[in-house]
Amino acid sequence: MKANSFKWRMSLLALIMLCIRPSIALDEPADGSAQFNSENQKVSKQQAETVLDPFADALSRLLIGSMKDREQAIEHLSVTGHPRSLPILEALLDGRLYALRDKKTAVVATESGQDYRIADASTEADLGLVERSELSKVNITNSLRTKLRKKISILQLQSDDASVRLFAVNAMVKTADAKTLELLKEYESTETDEDVLSSMRLIFALNDLQNSDKSVRLNAMDTLKEYNSLEAYNRLSVLIEKDNAGNFIEADNEVRKKAQAALKKIDARLQFYNSVETVFFGLSLGAVLVLAAIGLAITFGVMGVINMAHGELMMLGAYTTYVMQQIMPNHIGLSVILAIPAAFMISALVGVAIERGIIRFLYGRPLETLLATFGISLFLQQTVRSIFSPLNRSVTTPEWMSGSWQINDFLSLTWNRFYIVLFCLLVFAALLQILKKTRLGLEVRAVAQNRNMAKAMGIPTAQVDAMTFGLGSGIAGVAGVALSQITNVGPNLGQSYIVDSFMVVVFGGVGNLWGTLVAGFSLGIANKMLEPHAGAVLAKILVLVFIILFIQKRPRGLFPQKGRAAEA
Amino acid sequence: MKSLFLSNDKTANVVLFLLIALIVLVPLCNAILPSASALHFSAYTVSLLGKYLTFALLGLSLDLVWGYCGILALGHGAFFALGGYAMGMYLMRQIGERGVYGDPVLPDFMVFLDWKELPWYWYGFDQFWFALPMVFLAPGVLAFVFGWLAFRSRVTGVYLSIITQALTYALMLAFFRNEMGFGGNNGLTDFKDILGFNIQSEAVRVALFMISGLALIGAFLLSRWIACTKLGRVVTAVRDHEARVRFLGYRVEMFKLWIFVFAAMLAGLAGALYVPQVGIINPSEFSPLNSLEIVVWVAIGGRGTLYGAIIGAMLVNYGKTVLTGLLPEIWLFTLGATFVLVTVFMPNGLAGLLLKKGRETQT
Repeated sequence: MKANSFKWRMSLLALIMLCIRPSIALDEPADGSAQFNSENQKVSKQQAETVLDPFADALSRLLIGSMKDREQAIEHLSVTGHPRSLPILEALLDGRLYALRDKKTAVVATESGQDYRIADASTEADLGLVERSELSKVNITNSLRTKLRKKISILQLQSDDASVRLFAVNAMVKTADAKTLELLKEYESTETDEDVLSSMRLIFALNDLQNSDKSVRLNAMDTLKEYNSLEAYNRLSVLIEKDNAGNFIEADNEVRKKAQAALKKIDARLQFYNSVETVFFGLSLGAVLVLAAIGLAITFGVMGVINMAHGELMMLGAYTTYVMQQIMPNHIGLSVILAIPAAFMISALVGVAIERGIIRFLYGRPLETLLATFGISLFLQQTVRSIFSPLNRSVTTPEWMSGSWQINDFLSLTWNRFYIVLFCLLVFAALLQILKKTRLGLEVRAVAQNRNMAKAMGIPTAQVDAMTFGLGSGIAGVAGVALSQITNVGPNLGQSYIVDSFMVVVFGGVGNLWGTLVAGFSLGIANKMLEPHAGAVLAKILVLVFIILFIQKRPRGLFPQKGRAAEA
Repeated sequence: MKSLFLSNDKTANVVLFLLIALIVLVPLCNAILPSASALHFSAYTVSLLGKYLTFALLGLSLDLVWGYCGILALGHGAFFALGGYAMGMYLMRQIGERGVYGDPVLPDFMVFLDWKELPWYWYGFDQFWFALPMVFLAPGVLAFVFGWLAFRSRVTGVYLSIITQALTYALMLAFFRNEMGFGGNNGLTDFKDILGFNIQSEAVRVALFMISGLALIGAFLLSRWIACTKLGRVVTAVRDHEARVRFLGYRVEMFKLWIFVFAAMLAGLAGALYVPQVGIINPSEFSPLNSLEIVVWVAIGGRGTLYGAIIGAMLVNYGKTVLTGLLPEIWLFTLGATFVLVTVFMPNGLAGLLLKKGRETQT
């Protein structure tokens, strides 16, 4: 039902930007003369005829008049049909509407550092920066604010944009009174958008619940039980409550029974949506785990090298994102996208350097490798701490990743988690393709299967080792970009993931990328399923203990490698 | 007795005598010299030295597992912390009514969390005779259960290292929880008395220092004796070729388990001696990083020699104290670089270097 609310928020943002920078023309209902004409038709004609320019008149009354005048001015503004009426009223409600000192010009002001950036309220022209003392705020009382909200809803109802209308109707669900109902009934006949109509019917049904006619009430309940609305749920719950004496508040037995049935139906859906949400949270946690572990699956699984610095390579990726954003502060979204290849390159280069410089002297001594790479991890941590300070750095989330996708009252999925799941699958698919289709992949697999034989066939194993390690490290860097969007970017970022990612690799079965994917997602979901019952920390402990016990039973993980290679 | 006390390895004897000299001289200087003298150690220094001794004991216990049995345990700090918590619980109960809230039975943090009665696992910890065996039992039982499961199903090498790390990580998370009843984030602190003596007094500190030294010497001699027995020889054989030992008819997992539990108990003792000297125990002792640091001490000192672990632990921790005091930024660089340099260039650690030099001078 509210699938469009995200879009609406975007348009509200566009609206604010419009107030600040009139030069940018955006697809916005309050913009352009076409709307002006169509809205004009909706407005009653007599108002337009009485005053020469009712808009300018009302605006000036808003600035200088008493509260009483202001109320009238708002009334008038809302019926002029001028395309700027809605933005002005919204600015008034948000306390962004000011008068210049001459008390003649109304401006919309936004704070910009110490000063205020102002734009003419009626023409949207940018008037530059002024000091706070130049402006006087247009104040309104609380009762006026309530009225203003209603006026804004009505104006929004007249909008040509269905998402704006939908928002207006949804805003009325909780507060609808007789007057709004009348208004809505009026608009219902001309409304064509299915979502808006559905929301209107919800309001009618909620109202019918209070009707004196029993059949109307029963009918209303039939309608309400199909809606995923919290308000409907709450109103129905009231019907089956008991008062302090233990008697039902609702006298009618049939109504109560029906309400019970309707609630049961909504409850079933609520439960369903809850489990969908849990699975989604689990998937997103799993995606993070898979991202963190998949690079490790290559270095650990394919090469048998335990890279304790893997977490720090992720940290490098996260810091790359931070640096990219510092380089281009005006293009946050672009910087995050560009950070992906940059992080891959940086982490891969560091990885190759580690392999060539240290690890190649330690092949066949896994425990020593573990220690040496741990030393490297400390080194990298301190380097980052010295360069960027030990404090956490904040990485801005791009606009298109923030916010959430409100599917209905019961279910909303945050965009950043959504993108991370998507990103994880993309990275996984890309990696799989590299290993399957490219020459490097072929050589990597050959060396993993039988190093000596591969060497005999002319594969430069040393070079392949370096490239494999670089690939695994690069993936870690890419994972770091994703992590920077959901956690704090600090020198300890990598450390908190290293134990988890080893668990995922070992649980999935070393040397098996699909195992890592399955293990990551199943551990993520298991974790989130336990969380409501056991709490976040205990859930994590339980999962760890489960893995420890699982390793005892199947020391080679979920999907062990088969054949002789596994014994080596 | 002589063979037990002295060995053919000269370096080991030197280390042993140095240790004895240390635990005799420090208290002696403190007793005879006036407090203004340069050789009079302050209570702080004595505790610091005592702390190094407990770390040396911890390193020694890890060397038994890693150097002799070949199990790279990345969760050895867990046993140390468990021993520490057992001692901490005793010290906590000794505070009695002197806590901030003045509750005669409940420790402060429990009153703060609005707990009404003592959890069952805190019973008995007001008695030293109960707390002392717990110092060994708590880590010992954990090591037994964990080791029994892991060794029986033949989890070896890297896998074992990783699950030991998971073990200590899980324990850290668990001890961070307030609901566990171990003081959560803050751990146990604010101790007043030990066995009726003021824990802050210089005499008690010197005594604790001496006990730590004696415990270290005792553990060193005991470990060396074990290494010479049949048990020790089989364990060393397991390190070198596990499958071969198994084919010879030995129950490899039992030998591993034995040495693992013994080492865990030594680590617990080290923890129990550590806590009264530093005055606090908190869940960060369980952190995987701490356990890795123990491995570094042993690696730097030289594994498989016992005295190497002692040298390594003392040197690294002394370096840590100096460097974190003077140049805190340098410490992690140094530690990281030592890791890399030691593993690449000195696989046998300082002890290895000494041995090599000794051989060269002989020939």
